[in-house]
Amino acid sequence: MSETKLWLKQKLDRRLLLAGGLAAAGGTVVAASSASGQSSHAGHGVVASTTVDEEPPAHLAAHGDMITVGEVDDGRNGFDPTAILTDWDTGTVSQLPDGSTLRTFEVTAEDKEIEIAPGVFFPAWTYNGRVPGPSLRAKEGESLRIVFRNYGSHPHSMHFHGIHSWRMDGVPGAGLIGPGEEFVYEFDAKPFGCHLYHCHALPLKRHIHKGMYGAFVIDPDPALHPEFDAFARSRLLGTPENASWQELVMVMNAFDTNFDNENEVYAVNTVAHAYAKRPIRIVKDKPVRIYLVNVTEFDPINSFHLHANFFDYYNQGTTLTPTFRTVDLIMQCQAERGILEFHFREHEAGLYMFHAHQSEFTELGWVGMFDVVEAVS
Amino acid sequence: MSDVSPIPTEEPASRSGWLRAIWVVVPFAILGLAIAWLISTDPLSSFRNGAPPVENLTFERTILGPDGIRTLVRAGGSEPMTIAQVQVDDAYWQFRQEPSGTIARGDTAWISLAYPWVLGEAHTIRIITNTGMTFDHLIEVAVPTPTRDTMRLTSQAILGAFVGLLPVAIGLMFYPALRGVGRNGMDFLLSLTVGLLAFLLVDAFAEALELSAQAAALFQGPTMVVLAAVSSFLLLMAAGRRHGVPTGLALASFIALGIGLHNLGEGLAIGAAFASGAAGLGTFLVLGFTLHNITEGIGIAAPILKQRPPLWSFVALTLLAGGPAVIGLWIGSLAYAPQWSALALAIGAGAILQVIVEVVSMQLRQRGDGTRALLAPAAMAGLAAGVGFMYVTAMLVKI
Repeated sequence: MSETKLWLKQKLDRRLLLAGGLAAAGGTVVAASSASGQSSHAGHGVVASTTVDEEPPAHLAAHGDMITVGEVDDGRNGFDPTAILTDWDTGTVSQLPDGSTLRTFEVTAEDKEIEIAPGVFFPAWTYNGRVPGPSLRAKEGESLRIVFRNYGSHPHSMHFHGIHSWRMDGVPGAGLIGPGEEFVYEFDAKPFGCHLYHCHALPLKRHIHKGMYGAFVIDPDPALHPEFDAFARSRLLGTPENASWQELVMVMNAFDTNFDNENEVYAVNTVAHAYAKRPIRIVKDKPVRIYLVNVTEFDPINSFHLHANFFDYYNQGTTLTPTFRTVDLIMQCQAERGILEFHFREHEAGLYMFHAHQSEFTELGWVGMFDVVEAVS
Repeated sequence: MSDVSPIPTEEPASRSGWLRAIWVVVPFAILGLAIAWLISTDPLSSFRNGAPPVENLTFERTILGPDGIRTLVRAGGSEPMTIAQVQVDDAYWQFRQEPSGTIARGDTAWISLAYPWVLGEAHTIRIITNTGMTFDHLIEVAVPTPTRDTMRLTSQAILGAFVGLLPVAIGLMFYPALRGVGRNGMDFLLSLTVGLLAFLLVDAFAEALELSAQAAALFQGPTMVVLAAVSSFLLLMAAGRRHGVPTGLALASFIALGIGLHNLGEGLAIGAAFASGAAGLGTFLVLGFTLHNITEGIGIAAPILKQRPPLWSFVALTLLAGGPAVIGLWIGSLAYAPQWSALALAIGAGAILQVIVEVVSMQLRQRGDGTRALLAPAAMAGLAAGVGFMYVTAMLVKI
């Protein structure tokens, strides 16, 4: 026992010594000896290896040594997790003979190897070459046409969570197409809310966890909700009311890299630790709205926890009044989704963490930071 | 055909010399052409079915210290491997790889993690390669790995003396008492020696196979064990019989060598087990080993009962049989990989087989009545006593 104590003491002494140079709070103290790990990752701009004298940036110090080594090459992936947050696909708009709006989206299925954590490559099946697929956005009541072409190596479909005919459901026998084929899904945009689409080819688990999913948001039509006109307008993309919000889309997903039906990597929008290494910039005065979708396979639920703040939650986004008020944690089963609204108006500017409150998911990559800044004049 | 005129002897000799040289060159030339053709035209491309390369990673050694965890991994894939990320207990953790970059087949690399491990608890290291394959290593009980300081080395030497040197010395001390034994007593003692050696042979071989299973696939564990055992057996047989059949002190030395090699392998394995925290060392366990090994001394003494060797030879025999336990403990706790323990144990098994053969042949020679010497009641009792004693005392030490 005395030997144990001695050893622990040595360990503590060493830690304190290393901690000397570290003012940052929260991080494990041994972070001082943290490494850049693989020098081969250094090629794509890894954070320089930290030494006792060098203080890591605050947003990294908050994670200590518990973070992936290196950075993902967004250029090779063809998508940037930061851009995905605000990248809405609104399709092309045309007028139908009866004066109503027709919105057309074009989506292709492709096989593509993507880098889901620095240096870890995953043979994904994608919509439009990205995971999650394009975030489709329409207005309540519009006629939608989704032209779907399968350039992949397996049969695929787009199964929308929404109201439509059985013929447009994207299950086998109703819009499921083989490689090289094309199908056009046609239905009206309803109900308004935060929805998703995913491939419904069999086996379902494989097609979902390989990356075939995306957000599908239908904005409420203010004309149809006169009693909530102002709020409905704030949800409608393109209005000045909407422009005063900072809207983000986050798809909680995970990857089973060794195909043992357990995930090795968890993330929002695919890349592990993407927003931990590059915090999401939030202007203090502007309220934040997150369209949050859970598609995590193999685990029964996922969750979202916001640090140092609370939010209102609209489950599935199909209501104009919150389903939960003032919560700092919500959980979602697979395909569950909703809208989070909060602001940092009365907060000090700085770094605010968010992550799944399953510590396991957090430690395997699903953690990020908001970098709250004063309004720029 | 028989009346073919004789050809001058000189010319064919040189011609056949040339011919022989050509038949050495031709096979190599064909091999070279085959390799060149394989590389340049790639005729096997149809076998490439889009499957990712076979990957294999073996954890050979793990060191826990105040800075965190260091682990030595050996790559054994079909192509050089790239370690992309490392998890400890299901959390991504910053790591440093030395040397960095890809690891060629058969090469090793150290992975260092500044992980705050917890004394006495279990941790799992998971390495993820660039293809997403994972390789796990379980640290069953986290304890600080012994370092190379004199205090450690001294205490390990004392432990080695207790499990290796002391029992052999005690066994040899029976020498004066055993000298007076009669014919039956001699039968008994020699068979006892064969019995204990037979136990050690089975034990060493089984343990060598078990350890070799933990080694990287490219070492071909079981094949390596069998080949090493057979070669050491043949080499020692040849060496032992260079000046006739070994008897007396020479035979005792061979028995001591065989036991010593076994103790070296055992020491490596024990040292590694304690270093990795897989086994806690109790007084009872040490005493068990001491008791277990006492018969080894008696076995070494048996062939020299009819002689009067100088005193220094007893010291030398003790060091030869027991000393390797100390060396094994040192090496095992400081630089350990399963294949080396397996190799040491396999060589030991071969050496033990050699002394079994020699002791039995000595028994046969000493008694005119051939194989009946081995079947005499005293001999059967000795054999049973040897195997039985070793088996029962091994119960004290097997964990």
